[in-house]
This record gives sequence, structure tokens and C-alpha cells, in this order.
Amino acid sequence: MITTLIEKPSRSIWQRWRWLLWVVVIGALYDWTISGLKFTGLQESAGVVSRSIMAGLVHPQWSYVYDGSGEDLVSLILQTLAIAFLGTIVSAVISVPFAFWAARGDHERFFLRSGSGKVVLTLIRTFPEIVLAIMFIKAVGPGSYAGVLAVSIHSIGMLGKLFSEAIENMNRGPEEAIVSAGGRPGQVFGLATLPTILPEFFSYTLYRFEIAVRSASILGMVGAGGIGTPMIFAIQTRNWPKVGIILLGIVIMVLLIDSLSEQLRKRLI
Amino acid sequence: MSIPEAPRRSWMQRWHVKGIVVTSLLLVLLVTSSRMTGVDVGMFFSNFGQFLNLLVRMSHPDWQYANVIVRPLLETIQMAILGTTIGAAFAVPFAVLSASNLIHNRFLRGLTRLFLDLVRTLPDLLLAAIFVAVFGIGSTAGVVTLAIFSFGMVSKLFYEVIETIDMGPLEALTSVGASKVTIIWYAVLPQILNQFVSYFLYTLEINVRASTVLGYLGAGGIGVFLQRSLSEFNYSQTAVIILATLAVVLVIDGISNHLRRVLL
Repeated sequence: MITTLIEKPSRSIWQRWRWLLWVVVIGALYDWTISGLKFTGLQESAGVVSRSIMAGLVHPQWSYVYDGSGEDLVSLILQTLAIAFLGTIVSAVISVPFAFWAARGDHERFFLRSGSGKVVLTLIRTFPEIVLAIMFIKAVGPGSYAGVLAVSIHSIGMLGKLFSEAIENMNRGPEEAIVSAGGRPGQVFGLATLPTILPEFFSYTLYRFEIAVRSASILGMVGAGGIGTPMIFAIQTRNWPKVGIILLGIVIMVLLIDSLSEQLRKRLI
Repeated sequence: MSIPEAPRRSWMQRWHVKGIVVTSLLLVLLVTSSRMTGVDVGMFFSNFGQFLNLLVRMSHPDWQYANVIVRPLLETIQMAILGTTIGAAFAVPFAVLSASNLIHNRFLRGLTRLFLDLVRTLPDLLLAAIFVAVFGIGSTAGVVTLAIFSFGMVSKLFYEVIETIDMGPLEALTSVGASKVTIIWYAVLPQILNQFVSYFLYTLEINVRASTVLGYLGAGGIGVFLQRSLSEFNYSQTAVIILATLAVVLVIDGISNHLRRVLL
């Protein structure tokens, strides 16, 4: 019987003690984090408030669901969906030229064009959607129109990035086939580029629609239409049964839209 | 010379029935939603002057103000780190419970996943509004919001990682009679640790972005100052806040991207 064991690979001191360095760095980071935050301590009312929130969630104000006034839950949820839908469609259309701008080309030198496009998309992505909504409220007044504009512009940042990555990774075969058969640039674009890329564009647009539904439901908190407006009023007036029914409405809406969009996306790709 | 025959198509294909139906459905939806939201393209352009005026005022950032916002910016990062950590810590057991290769009880798995799906439906600002009501104005509300928000996101990413592990090392250790702890320590952890850390950093990036606006509703951090400058119509300060936020987000993204590249 062989009794010699395989030797462990030898490691340098640096390799052996590197983890200690990480422990110190991460420990210092968390020390800084926790010491920097002022935990004002739980408010005395916290227990009472959370109990009444729970009570409100268990006994939602069912009468708010539909009363035909146009200010009820169903109409405002539909309005929220309309904001998200319109915003996403507009943004998808605007994103296409941005995507071709930011997509890295094969023969590009120093990536000046695509690089600048990527920077612009990052800037748009980082600009807070709420600030955009407030700016558009100044331009077109409070209401869902401002919400549509905010969603349209903010979504370009992400859709443009996803679209441009789709363009970079697309299959160039069909394009070459049309070129080799003597197709003009317009024909190459219409018969090869677009058909290859469109399913992916649609899929990303649907995915972005899911996110837009979530943001449309909170944009109302600053006055940009949708379900967020009654939500923030209900929270500020401590009307927990109403908060409960609105939360329920948002959860059901998001779950439905997510599963619908997932089904559609599965069919596309 | 004979031309190859075109492939036969059914009348559905020939008349593009599906495409036409989908397109008209989209058009109907578009018209209905623009009616519902009161979209008026003309109004946007007639009021464009006001919008432009706002942009012009924002393009003169008040650089003096930068000194004031360093502290809340750091607080924002601290909120994001703490919130993500708490969320990720709670996410680990739930991720294990939702992983189909570790938990064979379909009912239990379905229940945890449903719970996680429900948590994920809630937008961050909505959570912030509720927790400000519960905990009062301040960073506590922000940390709790971010913890719950990242819990929903991280748990899904984590269980997807667990489901993709290679079962070979587990079987190898089981076959030599290793204990459960040994198996987890030597076969499961090494496979998932790097991806866990990578997803943790990714969530941190998203939370830094999210935490910059949470304060708008009173949940601490730079958002409080954002709200103040906007309500005072002090757009030159708003511009500084946005630019500083952008810088912070880019730096955090850069660090996190670098670390993730080293890890994977």
C-alpha cells in the first residue's frame, strides 16, 4: 500500500496571509460605515405605526377599488400602466439611433464614436428619474404627461446600452450574404440587420417595460401622475386602510405584468 | 434556366396576419394610453422655453455648495453598504431554501419563491415612504428600505448561482464519507463564494444609485439636500448635487467592476 501523501503546493507568505489584509480592509470599511450613520433610535411611535400598517394591510379599504369617479384604484392603475407603456415605446424608438451611435464598430479607430455614445448613455442613466420628472412638471405641469416624458428620457440610458450591446453581438452572416449578392446599404439594413436584431430589441423593450411599471407607480409621489399620488397622500394622512389597498393593487399589477412579459419574451427568443 | 420555387406559405403567412394583428393592437394601446395620460406634443414645445430656462440655470453649478454635500454623500454610501449587507445576509438562507438542487420539497421551495417574488414587486421609493412613516425621518428608514430592496434582488441572484453549481465535488466528498459541514466548506462554498461577492457588489452599485434619491422622501443621505434645493428652486445647487452623485456612482461602479473582474 502506498502511504506517501501528495504534498500540498507550497505558497508564499503573501499568498498565505493575504486574507488577513482583506479582513482588515473590510473591517475598517464597516467600522467607518456604522460609526458614520446616526441611528436616531426607533421613534416611540414606530411600534404603533407598524401595527396600524399591518391592520391596514389586513383590512384594506375595498371601497376604493372602483367607484367610477376616475380617481379610484383601477383607473389610476390603468393610468400608471399607460404612463409606463407610452414612455417605454417612445424611449425604445429614440434609443435605436443612440444604440447605433454607441455600438462599437469593427473598423473604428480609438472608438471615438462609440465611446462618446456610451458616455452619453451613462450620463442619461445616472440622472435621477425623479429629478427628470420634476423638471418636466415645470415644463408641462403636474400630471401623467410629465411622467411619460420622464420615463421616455430616463429609459434611453438603459435601453440604448442594451440595444448597442445587442448590435455588437449580432450575427453578421445575413448582412454579408446580402452584400455578397450585391445588395445596396439600404437593402442590407432592411433585409438583414433589422430582422436579425428586432427580436432582441423587442425582448429588451419588454424587460424595460417591467421596470417602467415600477417607476411609473412611484413617479406620482412627486406629482407626475399615476397611483403614486394617492399613495403618498394616504401615507402622509396616515390612512393605512387606503395604503393597504393601494399596495395590494401595485403588487398584483406588477406580478401580472412581470409574468405576462416573461411569457412574451420566452416566445420572442 | 429554372428558378427555384419559393417555399409554400399558408394564407396566414402570406397576408402577415400575425404581424398586422400585433401592430394594430400596439397602435390601439398607444392611442388609448396617450388619451389617458393627456399627452400633448404641442404643449411640450410651447413650454419648451421654461424647460430650457431650467436647464440653463442648472448649467451654472454653484461650486461653493460642494463642501456642504460631502458629508451627506458619504452618508449615502454608508447607507448603501449597510443596507446591502443586511439584505444579503438575510438573503442567504432564503436563497438556499429556494435552490432546487438543495431543497427537494417543492411546496417549501414554491412558498419561499412566492414570498421573494412578492418582496421584489415593491419599488424602492414606495418602501422608503412607508419606512419614513414608521421610523421617522433619517437614515434608519433608508437603511431598512435598502435592506429589504436588496434582500429581494440578492436572494434571486444567489439561488440562481446555487442552482448552477457543479454537483461533482459534492458527490466526490460524499463518496469518501465526508460530513455535511465538510461538504459545504470544501465543495459548495468555493464554487459560490466568488459569485456571491460579485453579485453583492453589483447590488451595492444599484443601491448607491437608489440611495441618492431615497432622501427625497426623508430617508437620509444626499436626497434630502436634493429635495431642499428643488423646493427652493435653487437649481444651481441641484446641478452640483447631480454632478457629485454622478461622480460617486461612477467611482463606486469603477471599484466594483474592478473587484468583480478580479474575482471572476
